[in-house]
Amino acid sequence: MKAAVVSFPGSNRERDIMMALERASGVKPSLLWHGDTEIPDTDLIVVPGGFSYGDYLRCGAMAAHSPVMKALKEKAAKGTPVLGVCNGFQILVEAGLLPGALMRNASLKFVCRQVHLRVEDSQSLFTNAYEKGQVIRVPVAHAEGNYTADEDTLKHLEDRGLVAFRYVAPDGSLAPEANPNGSTRAIAGIFNDSKTVLGLMPHPEDATDPHAGGMDGFGMFKSLVNALH
Amino acid sequence: MIPNTKITAEVVQEHGLTEDEYALLLKIMDREPTLAELGIFSVMWSEHCSYKSSRVWLKTFPTSGPKVLQGPGENAGAVDIGDGLAAVFKIESHNHPSFIEPYQGAATGVGGILRDVFTMGARPIANLNALRFGDPKHPKTRHLVSGVVAGIGGYGNCIGVPTVAGETNFHPSYNGNILVNAMTVGLARADRIFKAAARGPGNRVLYVGAKTGRDGIHGATMASAEFTEESEAKRPTVQVGDPFTEKLLLEACLELMAEDAIVAIQDMGAAGLTSSSVEMAARGGLGIELNIDHVPMRETGMTTYEVMLSESQERMLLVVKPGAEKIAERIFKKWELDCADIGVVTETGRLVVKKDGKVEIDIPVAPLVDQSPLYRRPHVPSPKRPEIKAANTKVVEPVAALKQLMGCPDLASKRWIWDQYDHLVGNDTIQTPGGDAAVVRVRDTRKALAMVVDCTPRYCVADPKTGGMQAVVETWRNLTAVGAEPIAITDNLNFGNPQRPEIMGQIVGCIEGMGEACRALDYPVISGNVSLYNETNGQGILPTPVVGGVGLLDEYTQTVGLALKNAGCALVLIGETKGWLGASLYLREIAGWEEGAPPPIDLAVERKTGDLVRGLVRGGKVEACHDLSDGGLLVGIAEMALAGGIGAKLEAAPKGTPDHAWWFGEDQARYVVATADLDGVLATAKAAGVPARVIGETAGASLTLAGGSAISLDELRSIHEGWLPKYMS
Repeated sequence: MKAAVVSFPGSNRERDIMMALERASGVKPSLLWHGDTEIPDTDLIVVPGGFSYGDYLRCGAMAAHSPVMKALKEKAAKGTPVLGVCNGFQILVEAGLLPGALMRNASLKFVCRQVHLRVEDSQSLFTNAYEKGQVIRVPVAHAEGNYTADEDTLKHLEDRGLVAFRYVAPDGSLAPEANPNGSTRAIAGIFNDSKTVLGLMPHPEDATDPHAGGMDGFGMFKSLVNALH
Repeated sequence: MIPNTKITAEVVQEHGLTEDEYALLLKIMDREPTLAELGIFSVMWSEHCSYKSSRVWLKTFPTSGPKVLQGPGENAGAVDIGDGLAAVFKIESHNHPSFIEPYQGAATGVGGILRDVFTMGARPIANLNALRFGDPKHPKTRHLVSGVVAGIGGYGNCIGVPTVAGETNFHPSYNGNILVNAMTVGLARADRIFKAAARGPGNRVLYVGAKTGRDGIHGATMASAEFTEESEAKRPTVQVGDPFTEKLLLEACLELMAEDAIVAIQDMGAAGLTSSSVEMAARGGLGIELNIDHVPMRETGMTTYEVMLSESQERMLLVVKPGAEKIAERIFKKWELDCADIGVVTETGRLVVKKDGKVEIDIPVAPLVDQSPLYRRPHVPSPKRPEIKAANTKVVEPVAALKQLMGCPDLASKRWIWDQYDHLVGNDTIQTPGGDAAVVRVRDTRKALAMVVDCTPRYCVADPKTGGMQAVVETWRNLTAVGAEPIAITDNLNFGNPQRPEIMGQIVGCIEGMGEACRALDYPVISGNVSLYNETNGQGILPTPVVGGVGLLDEYTQTVGLALKNAGCALVLIGETKGWLGASLYLREIAGWEEGAPPPIDLAVERKTGDLVRGLVRGGKVEACHDLSDGGLLVGIAEMALAGGIGAKLEAAPKGTPDHAWWFGEDQARYVVATADLDGVLATAKAAGVPARVIGETAGASLTLAGGSAISLDELRSIHEGWLPKYMS
């Protein structure tokens, strides 16, 4: 699996996700810069976490208008899988590749801690190594991860099975204290309609090492390798 | 020369110079200075930049050793960690600005220390912080905690450096003067450490990074004076941080450092362009000529005085090799930062600054630096405090006392704080906040660095020498508990007004104790910072010499944490317990008594005990390890139980030791380990000549004392985790 990681001024988790991708695929991903106008042929495009352009306007808003995102949108339209994590999720939402919005956390504070996610769909490119309903432990680290959308959008996501992950208690049940940011319906990650684009706030890449955060996030990268070889 | 503003006695006084210091200035200049020149002397001779009250004492620290690559005097210190790599680290205070404007004060403190480290050619891999706030009941405390924590997080999270460890205490002595000390640890190639000595007359001087504004003018002078009611009017002297620009500056500098382009590099920290240019010239024994007209500015109409004294953030000064200007321009353009040629290295030995073609500053550099005032201020030793006998202290049933201690502000969990810090970015954090020391992996090797900050101010005020010693030893012990070999320290000396002999006595005592501990443990000081005049309306803070320690693990998988992992393990107390309650948390929190001599320290015993424990950890003989400090034995066991979610059944105190002294005494050089190999641990301890004693075993979901008194972990957790969130809500 060949992956390309897009980076912006202010990206800061590109190294983490490149390491996770390499661990799963054995292939070093390539790194693209925000001013690149073309994306070479690749099996997967990743938009990593960080604070693109300082997140000074609205998280992801400026990055969504960068030259590389124009190229990314063209690739995505042709079916190249795209994964956006944290700031990457915010950017994909701002770019219109995923619906809804990521608001300020309900606590109004940055939150970095381990959370539990329930895998809501195990048939996708990104989640086939997990079981449906499986609970995994991965960290979050963000100040604007409070997923919000209008009722029609939420209904569409639920009806079509486009909610990828939800924040849950360790036993898999929904619980207010298990939701780190106040996301509507505890939504942690969503697919686009064709399930070729996934955006999520948590960091599975920081749970791909038995000595640093555990291995629960590795399944996502293994899924991608299973699907994309 | 431009027409001179009249330099009256008032103008001199406003610049914080004494009559004697001004007389020395006149002797050096051989004429009346311009206002800009006076400004430069003022900041360079401020306590913050010149260390005029502490320098004679700082010289007594041991600063060398087989692993030291760079000791004090550069932007940060560096030690050799093998594999051709160096650990680069330093701690620095931002106390005064953080009190005036907590978010920006703390944020720019983090930004400043990050720059100190990457200026040396190191990529920062971790941040730490040591915070001291006033009484939780004081009306300002909540606002200050909230702002400082948000500021530290706001800067560190954005730049993408994990904040992995810290400590936070509360005491009324910090009501009007909080402490915000920030530390950064970075990694560099050992053969490519960058320094700040200008070389090669004719080489160009480049200004890179953010533009200069009017913020932070006289920050260094503010940091060198006592606070008064009017200090809050100084808000405009607090700088404003921009972590995004710093991230770009970091990446651009590291990219330029990979080229063969840089002769010298210095960050513009306190006193901005002034201190960076003066220090570069002084270290190289050369001169520098600057042209103010070429400095990138974000405001119009700035005077030479303002440009030279601005403390705008995210700026660096470089001297580059001939012809390398183009490389620098290309790289800084890529990162969308300013890169301006603002001057040249000269042979004159003078700092010459021109504006509009006219010379506005012309100062001989060597005397400005070498002849800066140096004071051996009068000092009196702190009065000795009596030993406190356990029999004379209030007795409270151990479980009741434990509940009170685990929920007190100093011991309550600080999760509310570290949850706001990204402590995982980089994916190399092996030990996260909440343990004895953080452990961060050295990428592409099997190694890891352990790091920690510590100080126990109540010991320092009770006996400065013992307290200074204890601050060093506590870091050494914390690094040892996670299996690391302690290498070196950085220190942040926070004290009150040094012109008061009793305060100077605290400074001298603490430094003496710290130096003695460093020598005994082969644990040199490689960088540091001094923050004096931490007083408001004549009330000084507790003496707070914060120590940041760094240690090395050759094999990162050998580390253990404090969390109990399995039921049925023996709990072994290593080290000797006499039940020392003087200056303890028990005495303060339970008996309401801040008195008594602190626990004595035997450095030979410390070393022997620590070496034993490190060997046990590295040899895989223990599942969990925790050093005992604040609150003593029962608090230590409770922390281990809560971290692992596994309880313990504890044996009775030995005959002859009162219960409260056994469980809450703060005797030094002690650790608790959990082991499945009890015989092995006891035999190894015996062979090392270190006392070791079984005190119980891991079991169930509560702590149960001999005699049946018990508390469930759920209750204990709600007490321990509950205080800070409740206080802040």
